[in-house]
Amino acid sequence: MTYLADVAALTRKDLRVELRAQDTLPAMLLFVLSTLVVFHFALPEGTGEDAAYGLLWVAIVFTALLGLARAWVPEQEHGVFDGLVLAPCDRSAIWVGKTVATLAFLLAAQVVALPAFALFFAPLDAVALVGVLLADIGICAVGSLMAAMAAAGRARELLLPLLLLPLSIPLIVGGVGSAISTEPERYLLLLALYDGIFAVLSWASFEYVVTES
Amino acid sequence: MIRAAGLEKRYGSRRVLRGIDFELPRDGFLLVTGSNGSGKTTLLRVIAGLAAPTRGKVQVDVHRGRVGFLAHEPLVYRALTALENLDLFGRLYRVPERRERIGMLLERFGLWEVRSERVEDYSRGMSQRLALCRALLHDPELLILDEPYASLDEHGAGLLDRELDELAGARTLVVSTHDPARIELLATQRLVLA
Amino acid sequence: MSSAFSWIHGLPALATLAAGLIGLALLLSFFIAPEDGNQGISQRIFYIHVPIALTAYFCFGLGAWKALLLLWRGEERHDLESYVAIHQGTIFGLLTLITGAIWAKASWGVWWTWDSNQLVLFLTLFLFYCAYFMLRFSLPEGPRRSRSSAVYALFGVALIPVSFLAIRLAEDFIHPTTFTRDGPQMTGTMFTAFCVSWVAVTLLAYVLYRVELVGKRLHTDLRELREALE
Repeated sequence: MTYLADVAALTRKDLRVELRAQDTLPAMLLFVLSTLVVFHFALPEGTGEDAAYGLLWVAIVFTALLGLARAWVPEQEHGVFDGLVLAPCDRSAIWVGKTVATLAFLLAAQVVALPAFALFFAPLDAVALVGVLLADIGICAVGSLMAAMAAAGRARELLLPLLLLPLSIPLIVGGVGSAISTEPERYLLLLALYDGIFAVLSWASFEYVVTES
Repeated sequence: MIRAAGLEKRYGSRRVLRGIDFELPRDGFLLVTGSNGSGKTTLLRVIAGLAAPTRGKVQVDVHRGRVGFLAHEPLVYRALTALENLDLFGRLYRVPERRERIGMLLERFGLWEVRSERVEDYSRGMSQRLALCRALLHDPELLILDEPYASLDEHGAGLLDRELDELAGARTLVVSTHDPARIELLATQRLVLA
Repeated sequence: MSSAFSWIHGLPALATLAAGLIGLALLLSFFIAPEDGNQGISQRIFYIHVPIALTAYFCFGLGAWKALLLLWRGEERHDLESYVAIHQGTIFGLLTLITGAIWAKASWGVWWTWDSNQLVLFLTLFLFYCAYFMLRFSLPEGPRRSRSSAVYALFGVALIPVSFLAIRLAEDFIHPTTFTRDGPQMTGTMFTAFCVSWVAVTLLAYVLYRVELVGKRLHTDLRELREALE
């Protein structure tokens, strides 16, 4: 039970820090909306709807990358990361808190972006939205871990996209498939499988990434 | 309490610590001195468990939840207030009677008046005092302080003097400094790094 | 000090065996096995392309195994072993893409096709492991680098089945499936040539892995000697 209490305290902290600083969420929102406008000009006249879904997913992944790049910044200031690692709580709780908070920000940005997309490009049904949710979980879970890895080194802004993009390919396949396929359940199953495997892997390996012994 | 044998720490090809051996019994006070770059911070980080030795062993007979660490950086969130920071760490360290303890510490270190201001508005001396509160919050058995006087103002230094006076002999202490004159008398052991 | 030298044991013999087997495999593949009715001469690339692809997977698997050992047992030597295995895997991965492109050009007239999901997903893996090196080069040497690399290597092998599933979902029209559920669609000699080639390439990869390890360990030993003299 203390594990959940730790996660709650850490998630609350992440949400509070972002609400105070207010730089990540507005940036993500502005980015995804600007990207959608760019897509309007990038898609030639007469392009089918399917292409629009593909671009939506590109927008989602890059918005997530933007949010994840800033995910651990509060911990890097004043060396707070060491403070968290020294605490007796399970280190994986730190990962859970960060993942839940990042997911919240991504969903908040999408609450605005998805209706805008549906209005200007192509409709999104319930299945597609479930696909978005599942993929969001996957990106945030893996992304929090990768961001923590990248944060320890040089050129961290460059490194995170490199680490995350190959891993996001199955998510994009699943997401686009759930929007355009006639049998979307298979794609939702793929997304659920991805989430299951990679969330557990990320959760279990976070401890190793942030400690030396 | 702490046993180090043949401790070595290397960063890439640079060897920062070589052949460190010492034994510190419970309630001892180890003073670590040496010039800048001699590895004081590295040694303290190894003892705290933040860094793993490249060679050799260090054994610390206390769970990390009973260790308090003071670094060069304050280890607190800039965007949060003193109260929020201490509340978070108080929860993570399972501090009993959290609110009372936080209030007591903030007052002791002269931060009660500014408890609801964000750390980013603090001076360097104030954030280091908050860092001290953080390190002492859970009444640790082992206190590791890395150059604690380095970023404290006169007021803060006096508070720290008083604190160390009380803690010496009652808790195990490892303190590094490059100005040993201040606390030499309290130390029971000394380690000089080349 | 003996770390590098113990790894040399048996290496010259293994290397000779690998070279011999490769020679035999090439002989069987290009001269002795019968020509394929549908694709003709270009099909012979298959004897090299598929074993190379399988060996790449093998190397990545070896890298992940060593990574697991590092995280589990904490012995630093596994970090180097994992890194070298993945390094070999990436080289063989590049060779897979090149031989695949040659086969595609010879069979279908294009150097690359996005419809071939197996090629695309191999590309995904290849990109993934290239990022592994970026990760390694951006982190300073130490436990953080070994552990992060190890975790990433494990993610790589987890990605393989998930990506494979993504293949199966999307339509696959062009990439010829030589192994179906009923077993390999090859005649006896073809199958022999394939198997010899597979064993040869795997052994070659292993020998290269050992050679690179020896080289890297010698480098470390030399550095430690220098420091001991200071």
